[in-house]
Amino acid sequence: METIAKSIWKRLPLSSNYAVAYAARDSDVDEIAAYPITPQTTVVEKLSEFIANGELLAEMVHVESEHSAMSASIGASAAGARAFTATSSQGLELMHELLHIASGMRLPIVMSVAARALSAPLSIWGDYSDVMNTRDTSWITIIASSAQEVYDSIVQAYRIAESVMLPVMVAYDGFMMSHTYEPVFVSEKAGLFRDYIPRKGRVVLDTKKPVTMGAVANPDWYYETKYQQVKAMSDAYGLSVEADQTFSKLYGRGYGLVEEYNVDNSELVILTYGGIFGTVKQAVDEMREQGIPVGAARVRLFRPFPLNELRSLLLKSKAVAVLDRSFSNGLPVSGPLAVELKSMMNSYNINVPVYSYIVGLGQRTVTEADISKIASQALSSKVSNESIYWGVRE
Amino acid sequence: MEETLAHPLEKYLRTEKLPHMWCPGCGIGTVVQAFLRAVDELKIEQDKVVAVSGIGCTGRIPQYIKFDGAHVLHGRAIPVALGIKLARPDLKVVVFGGDGDLASIGGNHLMHAARRNADLIVIMVNNFIYGLTGGQVAPTTPKEATTYTSPYGPDSKPLDAVKLVSAAGGTFVARWSTAYPVLLKESIKRAFSHRGFSFIEVISQCPELFGRINNFKSTYEIYQKIKKVGTIRRGISPYDAKYDWNSEISLGEFVNFEAPSYYDQLREIIEKAKGVKE
Ligand SMILES: Cc1ncc(C[n+]2csc(CCOP(=O)(O)OP(=O)(O)O)c2C)c(N)n1
Ligand code: SF4
Repeated sequence: METIAKSIWKRLPLSSNYAVAYAARDSDVDEIAAYPITPQTTVVEKLSEFIANGELLAEMVHVESEHSAMSASIGASAAGARAFTATSSQGLELMHELLHIASGMRLPIVMSVAARALSAPLSIWGDYSDVMNTRDTSWITIIASSAQEVYDSIVQAYRIAESVMLPVMVAYDGFMMSHTYEPVFVSEKAGLFRDYIPRKGRVVLDTKKPVTMGAVANPDWYYETKYQQVKAMSDAYGLSVEADQTFSKLYGRGYGLVEEYNVDNSELVILTYGGIFGTVKQAVDEMREQGIPVGAARVRLFRPFPLNELRSLLLKSKAVAVLDRSFSNGLPVSGPLAVELKSMMNSYNINVPVYSYIVGLGQRTVTEADISKIASQALSSKVSNESIYWGVRE
Repeated sequence: MEETLAHPLEKYLRTEKLPHMWCPGCGIGTVVQAFLRAVDELKIEQDKVVAVSGIGCTGRIPQYIKFDGAHVLHGRAIPVALGIKLARPDLKVVVFGGDGDLASIGGNHLMHAARRNADLIVIMVNNFIYGLTGGQVAPTTPKEATTYTSPYGPDSKPLDAVKLVSAAGGTFVARWSTAYPVLLKESIKRAFSHRGFSFIEVISQCPELFGRINNFKSTYEIYQKIKKVGTIRRGISPYDAKYDWNSEISLGEFVNFEAPSYYDQLREIIEKAKGVKE
């Protein structure tokens, strides 16, 4: 990896937002349509700079809302362009109906999401309520946990999207990642990923061979068309593995679909997603030093759900505490990842105790001490069957 | 010891919320002051006014003034305000919003509220930029200006909200600037007595972003520019009003006539449906 690093990379201090902008530049996107929203704004500012300075040959549309941002991305992608957009929170919510159009039309759009809480009450701070609300939109969803992974995942996203013809979103923590700086290797010169994400032919709007996208499907065909999306999502699973492995082979960095940390010989695995994984790993180190047998894991690919990787994790786990930064109100177990994990375990007859914790809503601080307390509570097995809203003042 | 005198408008302020979030020299404070003076001079009861806003620096106004209020989604203040007005026609419902909030993401609502002659007062603070999100291009940004997302200038010409609202059917349409706080206040007073849709655009300084990015060295400098470019034109048509950063941004009341308001029109339909003839 060192040799690869020396020859083709430039090491820069970047926030995850800037890592997104560099990745979009290095993916040679053709069209960007975006509307500013905290904490996404610097993605678009950086991209504007790249375009203005001639570092990226792309059209940029400063649309009047996120609804228009996704609409313009749909139009551009349908006409054959490599489209990119970025948003957050209410912006992602405002896009919602278009998210279904993008996936239903099978357009390989890539979008970054700086995950943020939803109003009301108004909060500009981070959590994953926005991302989790899109679970049923047929978007492939990657959740990264470092700026380098954000950069690499955007590039991988184009490979996956353009192979399976479904859109991909790459999410990361609003503020904790969007606004903090980490060293990131970015491509030294243009064209590094040209063969990794080659320009491929696909069905586009073409006056010589006219097609209608998104046409009416009556009851005799709607179902089949939707089922094609189901199959595509299932294909996306293998393609996501392939995209990551090939990336790793060519460029020396891979992440897998589920990242494990000190899982062997553990009595409890703390499972989560996003930037909080860093805190969890730190807490695991501290607990291990004290002889507490705890491990950790994080889900990197949220859609399609990484069944095989989670199954093999669960087979090694004696108990799992799931930390969710979002909740699906009205369920006894309300953490989205916990709910999906339980449903999957049910389908595969896996029986491991799963404890659901809701943490870090609207950027409520979660420290290593919180993680340790959660772990010791979970290890005591005196845990409710219902989600625990950690640290809330009732 | 010196005694501190209460601010004459203190009873309208949520003093517990102070200090406010606006930057030193921001024009939004002038708009708030003009509005509160108008309410005070008209002796409108405080519990007869509702302040509604979307999101933005301007959108924070309802948080600092002591009226019932709602701070809703970016762009959606007008339809929420309309809902409030229909449920409580006895109240004066005022919308505060930035140019992004009201003319970009919420532009459709602005147009339709004007078309309906909705019984609302809409005060739009135009600082030529998205303030709260940190200085991105707005639909009102002049061609000559730059922002963080348009480092070489915007890609298209700016929107003149006065013409838009007038063409859509607004029955009271004015534009003032922070350089004329008294005229602004008088105009707000007239808006309060107007039945139907009142729209007041206020050209305002954002020294922190628009000013900084466009090389205005101080609040004073950008304020001087706003003072200079704003030219009062009495009695001209809104379609002759100029919105040109280089030569003139016309100020004045361009439209003011009586027509059935949205509420009146609804009443009319209800009466018709009942088959009752007046
Ligand atoms: C759906 C949605 N998109 C984007 C945003 C982010 N946002 C908040 S305020 C704002 C624009 C602020 O500019 P303006 O409306 O002109 O008001 P100002 O801050 O200049 O007073 C934006 C884009 C949001 N809150 N919601
Ligand atoms: S950013 Fe601009 S508009 Fe917002 S408070 Fe500061 S000066 Fe005013």
